[in-house]
Amino acid sequence: MDRNKHPIINTAYQLVPATGSLLRTLGTVFMHSFRKRETVSYPEESVYLPPRYRGRIILTRDPDGEERCVACNLCAVACPVDCISLQKAEQDDGRWYPEFFRINFSRCIFCGMCEEACPTSAIQLTPDFEMGEYDRQQLVYEKEDLLIDGPGKDHDYHFYKVAGMAIGGKDKGQAKDEEAPEDVRTLLP
Amino acid sequence: MSWWTPQLTAIFWGMFQALVILLGVVLLGAVLTVVERRFLGLWQDRYGPNRVGPFGTLQLVADMLKIFFKEDWIPPFASRGLFLLAPVLAFASLLLSFLIIPITPGWGVADMHIGLLFFFALAGINVYSVLLGGWSSGNKYALLGALRASAQTLSYEVFMGLSLMGVVAMAGSFNMREIVAAQENLWFIIPQFFGFVTFLVAGVAVTHRAPFDQPEAEQELADGYHIEYSGMKFGMFFIGEYVGMVLVSALIVTLFFGGWHGPLLPPFVWFALKTSGFLLLFMLLRAALPRPRYDRVMSFGWKVCLPLTLINLLATGAVMLWVGA
Amino acid sequence: MELAFYLSGLVAVLATVGVITGTSPVHSVVYLIVSLIAVALVFFALGAPFAGVLEIIIYAGAIMVLFVFVVMMLNLRADAERTPPLWRQPIYWLGPSLLALALLAALVALITAGDIEMAIDGELITARAIGLTLFGPWLMVVELSAILLLAALVTASHVGRRSDPGHSSTPRNAPNRGDTP
Repeated sequence: MDRNKHPIINTAYQLVPATGSLLRTLGTVFMHSFRKRETVSYPEESVYLPPRYRGRIILTRDPDGEERCVACNLCAVACPVDCISLQKAEQDDGRWYPEFFRINFSRCIFCGMCEEACPTSAIQLTPDFEMGEYDRQQLVYEKEDLLIDGPGKDHDYHFYKVAGMAIGGKDKGQAKDEEAPEDVRTLLP
Repeated sequence: MSWWTPQLTAIFWGMFQALVILLGVVLLGAVLTVVERRFLGLWQDRYGPNRVGPFGTLQLVADMLKIFFKEDWIPPFASRGLFLLAPVLAFASLLLSFLIIPITPGWGVADMHIGLLFFFALAGINVYSVLLGGWSSGNKYALLGALRASAQTLSYEVFMGLSLMGVVAMAGSFNMREIVAAQENLWFIIPQFFGFVTFLVAGVAVTHRAPFDQPEAEQELADGYHIEYSGMKFGMFFIGEYVGMVLVSALIVTLFFGGWHGPLLPPFVWFALKTSGFLLLFMLLRAALPRPRYDRVMSFGWKVCLPLTLINLLATGAVMLWVGA
Repeated sequence: MELAFYLSGLVAVLATVGVITGTSPVHSVVYLIVSLIAVALVFFALGAPFAGVLEIIIYAGAIMVLFVFVVMMLNLRADAERTPPLWRQPIYWLGPSLLALALLAALVALITAGDIEMAIDGELITARAIGLTLFGPWLMVVELSAILLLAALVTASHVGRRSDPGHSSTPRNAPNRGDTP
């Protein structure tokens, strides 16, 4: 018998499995009463953030406790929203450092481009997002706010020890794994 | 104290009962708005409102404070009188229906011999709240919601009445107390199973609860007939929906589940337990089932439920004649 | 009881006046609903709650909903404000009023001829009594009206049927024609 020709039979034929499906749905949803809830009650329970989470930006120091930042401006260039601004200055021994270093966190999108661009591992993103403020001006972080005392994620890296730049107490060719500079005035190879 | 007659005592006792039931039902409807959100949260693996007060118990107070202090806006393009009338009608007609529900042997407002029909009359009047509210808002979405609501309620009230006629025939009365008394030995859910199923479907449809909430479908109609309402006028529609839910649950308990009958526990506890069970079912339906397309809702009513109730009524009549003869 | 009767009777008359004088069609229909409910209350006061409730369920609850439905669909609000009400001109109300007056005279004559004290009495007529009356002495009338309603149903079904039998069950281009609604 062609069921489509008999709407009554067809309806009755499909009604029973449809009702069963409805009841099964009700049962499934009801059994969710005994499931664990997925919600994290945030202020009371802390959220797990992975170590590489991109949160609040910091400036780190090298293992000797000196500022890592050499004010190369690569982070400011890489920043897609232009929220980083800094000014280069030089110490007496020839090291470069930022005279001021300013991040406007009300513009920052926490993309991590600055961290990738940084040649000295100075600027790093941390797993911390709790930086709400009532006053928007408070979101402009100065160098004192950004600078921390430790080396951050990169424990051993020391830019001036591996770089060829001459500073006070370390001349060219004296860096780690560095050969002495070529004497261009001789004819010998 | 010659003027203090027993008749006067009876009148005051009746008024006291009516007042307690009225306040109880309104309070229950208000509490249900929060309880439902907690249960929906439970079934969707989240918490729901749990911040105000211990375990979110004061959420209701917060909601009420908010809704009382909201701007009570009447749109300039609205038909003012009807716009004001509609929420009152929505609230009052459902509350009045509690008149007929016997809660325990001693409690219950009115004992009318047309009991059940009184509910149908008020359910019929309740349609106008949606219809007039939707029309007087002067809003296309509201009008569409009102049209849907009227067509849906009209269709489902037809077999809502018919589904209960089996119960009436078996009890031999429209009176709610006599219907409860007739279920002393056997609850009507067993002989009138299809009547129960169709009444449940119709009850959900008439109170515009999900999955039959086409009149206020958020996704298509942006809340339908009460789109222009704000403040406490919206609150009356909102609480009215929950009062309707309580009403249909209480009716199902009274008509199909033996009312206050039950072993060991006192009558009121039985009544409350059964009613809250059906309130839970209403919430579970909303948590679990999607909203069908509108024409499917209508054709389900006319092509499945109406024939089912007619067959059920016919079979009930035949069996009763057979047993009677 | 007597007070309730006169009060609801007054409301019914006033609401009916409102139906005629109202300019907005929806307001007129709402007045008509109020009038029907008032008439139902008159039934209640006369001790016929069954008839009263049926009046509310069927007339106020079902038929008037369709009236409101249609009026809402037509969206007559703008037109109603533009055209002046017709009843201001005597030609529209003179004839019906005279006929109604004649009916009123007949009614008054009937009431005064009968026993006035009997008119407003709250003797309760139960559903059982109505059922026994309908399916006892008036069985023939009930069956005839049932046949009339059946005929109306068949006619409506025939008129409402689509001419093209190919598109009978589902609204549009549905390949799953005739599946579960």
